Amino acid sequence: MGGVKVLLRNPKREVDVPGPVAVVALLDQLGYRREGVLVIVDGTLVTGDATIAEGSTVEVRPVVSGGAG
Amino acid sequence: MRCRVCRKPAVIDVRRHNAGFCPDCFFDHCRHQVERAIADHAMIATGERVLVAVSGGKDSLALWDLLLELGHRADGLYIGLGIEGYSEPSGEYARSFAARRGVHLVEVDLPSDYGFDVRSGAAASRRAPCSACGLSKRHIFDRATLEGGYDVVATGHNLDDEAAVLLGNVLRWDLAYLARQRPVLPGGEGFPRKVKPLVRLGERETAAYCVLRGIDYQVEECPMAVGNKHLGYKDALNAIEERSPGTKATFYVGFLERASELVAHVGEHEREGLHPCPGCGAPTTAPSCAFCRLVARAGDQRRQRIPLDQPVSAS
Repeated sequence: MGGVKVLLRNPKREVDVPGPVAVVALLDQLGYRREGVLVIVDGTLVTGDATIAEGSTVEVRPVVSGGAG
Repeated sequence: MRCRVCRKPAVIDVRRHNAGFCPDCFFDHCRHQVERAIADHAMIATGERVLVAVSGGKDSLALWDLLLELGHRADGLYIGLGIEGYSEPSGEYARSFAARRGVHLVEVDLPSDYGFDVRSGAAASRRAPCSACGLSKRHIFDRATLEGGYDVVATGHNLDDEAAVLLGNVLRWDLAYLARQRPVLPGGEGFPRKVKPLVRLGERETAAYCVLRGIDYQVEECPMAVGNKHLGYKDALNAIEERSPGTKATFYVGFLERASELVAHVGEHEREGLHPCPGCGAPTTAPSCAFCRLVARAGDQRRQRIPLDQPVSAS
C-alpha cells in the first residue's frame, strides 16, 4: 500500500506522505490552516480529529476565495 | 467526533460553534443560518423574485441551492468575464447546476456583449483587475435585476468575505465604506435592493455544503485575484481564528450590532447629487457612470485587438 496520496490545489499537484496520519498533523506538515481547507478522504469529508489510514487518497481542498463574493 | 444534534458520526466540524455535524444536520444548520439572516435583516419577502449572482464558485451555488431549498423563487445570473482558462469552466458549473435543478440562468458575457474582458478593462481604465471586475459585475447585476423585473439581487458574500472587508475598511478607517457595509442595501431610483443571505455562514461551511450536496463548483482560485489585499486580510483573520475560534463572527456581528448605526449617516449627502447616466440610466454623480466610462475606454481597445465577430467565449 505505502503511504497516503495527497492531492493539493492552486496549483494542482500530488504529494505522498507516510501513513497513518492524523488530519491535524497532515495539515501542520503541509503548512495549511484548518480554517482554510476541507479534507476529503477517499471521497468523504472528514473532521479534524480523524486519522487517515495508509493507502488512502486525500484531497486538501482550499476554501478561501479571493473575490469578495 | 459525533454530530451535535443526532450523535451520528460527524463529517464537518464548525469550530466557532464548537460543534460537529452529520450531513443531514449540517444541511439543517446551513438552512437555519440563511433563514435567520433573511429574517433578521428583512432581506426577501414571501413571493419576491430573486436574481442570484452566480459565479460558478462554492458560495454562489450554495446560496442558489439554499434559496431554492427554502422555497424562494430564484433565478441565476452568470457573467462571463473573459478570463482565459477560468471563465469557461466557471460558466459550465453554473449551467450544470441550473440544468440539474431545472432553474433559469440568465447569461451576460463581457467580451461579446461589451467588447472587453477583465484584463483589457483593467489595463484601459488603469484599475486593478479586481476593481474593474467588481465595477462591471455590480453594474450588470443592477441592470439585469431591473430589466428582468426581479425584486432583489442576492450575492454569495459570506461571513469570511464580510469580516475581511470590514478589517480592510477599519484599517483605513474608511467611514463611507463602513456605512455601506450592510447585509442589505435598500433599492432606490435606478438600483435594486441587494442582499447577502450567507453572512452567517463561513466559506468553509459553504464549501462543505457543496461537497456534501454533490454540487460541482470551480475550486481553482481566480488567477486575477492571487495575492490581492482581500486574501491577505482573510489570512490574517484565519490566523487569529485558529487560536480563538469565533473571532471572525464576533468581529463582524459586533460591528453590525454596535457600530454600524454610528456611521450609517456618512456619505448620505452623496446620494443627493445622483442623476441618471445619459449612457445607461444608472444613477451617478459624474457626467457619465463609471461603467460607461470603462466601456468607452476598454471596449474600443478590445475591438482593436480582437474582432467582435470572433467569439472569445461560448456563452
